[in-house]
Amino acid sequence: MRIFDPHIHMTSRTTDDYARMAAAGVLAVVEPSFWLGQPRTNPGSFTDYFDSLVGWEPYRAAQFGVVHHATIALNPKEANDPRCRPVLDLLPRYLDKDRVVAVGEIGYDSMTPEEDDAFERQLALAVEYDLPALVHTPHRDKARGTRRTMELVAASGIEPGRVAVDHLNEVTVELVHGSGCWMGFSIYPETKMSPPRMVELLRTYGTERVLVNSAADWGVSDPLLTLETGNAMLAAGFGEDDVDRVLWRNPVEFYGQSGRLDLGPAPAGEATFAGSSIKRGGS
Amino acid sequence: MTPAGRLRAALADAPHWPWLESALGEPGTIARSFAAAGRRTGRAPLPAAPGWTADEAARALLLAALPPDRLPAELPDLYRYGDADEKRAVLKALPLLPIGTEAVPLLRDAIRTNDARLLAAAVGPYSRHLDQPAWRQAVLKCVFMGVPLAEVDRLGERADAELTAMLAAYADELAAAGRSMPADAAALLDLLTREET
Repeated sequence: MRIFDPHIHMTSRTTDDYARMAAAGVLAVVEPSFWLGQPRTNPGSFTDYFDSLVGWEPYRAAQFGVVHHATIALNPKEANDPRCRPVLDLLPRYLDKDRVVAVGEIGYDSMTPEEDDAFERQLALAVEYDLPALVHTPHRDKARGTRRTMELVAASGIEPGRVAVDHLNEVTVELVHGSGCWMGFSIYPETKMSPPRMVELLRTYGTERVLVNSAADWGVSDPLLTLETGNAMLAAGFGEDDVDRVLWRNPVEFYGQSGRLDLGPAPAGEATFAGSSIKRGGS
Repeated sequence: MTPAGRLRAALADAPHWPWLESALGEPGTIARSFAAAGRRTGRAPLPAAPGWTADEAARALLLAALPPDRLPAELPDLYRYGDADEKRAVLKALPLLPIGTEAVPLLRDAIRTNDARLLAAAVGPYSRHLDQPAWRQAVLKCVFMGVPLAEVDRLGERADAELTAMLAAYADELAAAGRSMPADAAALLDLLTREET
């Protein structure tokens, strides 16, 4: 089984995770920029993070044979902090980078006017930089947030096929299904979505425009739940081709719209010089 | 032919030369052309310019085409906001540019990273501007991270008793752990030790 995790925050994960992921067939990941648990207080804190997403993290991933791409944005939660908002003016520099394959995560957290503004401006950036958009849906008031998301996306003029609306569940999937947008599902050990529930949704809605991710980060999460979902699909009677479509071809098709997806072998040899690994004490 | 002239000649037959030629004529948009260079020219090694890939050479030429008075402002910015490939291209281009020692902070930044590609680019010819203590630390870090010592500019010329002592101490640490020095570092240590005695 080859797996492309279209949404995982590797910055928060260890090298053990990379090794387990590679062994499980996770050959490619996209790391969306998001919040870090601890709120940031200035734009420089964001740019250092973005630098890591286009510099250090792909390098780290390559040591394990995992191909790493990123999405760049001001996240909805921190869009509410006037100290952070100036980072919006710095985003264009990062949206031009080779391994940036979408604008994201954008969307709503608390559905404030500030979030409306940041969401709108960043959808416009996605159009300007010819990139897809990865849209987070809120944890609280989720159905209303998803509805409002769909209204704003429709009003923005971005082509629906270039938008993925993420963290959907049984209640919110109906709001996105049929819109032409991609439907993202984050499989979590306790919250959001589980592998058996995901299999039921695939039975109901099919495999078209479906993205399944682990969204693993610094919280309780598991980077191998994509694999578990694939296994649950097989056990439920889906074919290998269905699994390959959901876990590989769909994310390749979605992010491939950027024209920047480079799935050649991770350049581990070149990156490390003769396979030498990350050496802690050398820094 | 100048080094920049050689890079230009190596790229001039590439299918994307018209794009690069037009970008070279528009220094005002270098932030965008510098970022896009890899997608435009590809990243293949250039047989006519050993040690350079097409994207690195294109980026070096973009820098060389800047009006010299713009370099002090543009260089730190392009490095600061560059991804790893862009940073590496800036570092490799430094010896080709009409600058003095003002880009040394970029080298120091690269040597602080844990990215072997950046470290290797930082110990190239421009490292002649690094002071001796910083240079020794960079050499030792190359040994530690597995960057071939062949990447280090003027190694034979600059290696001194202090570097010999640092290498010997590292060899002792490795021996205590039951490991051995990389072959190139062991050979260097051997040579330096024989020179001293």
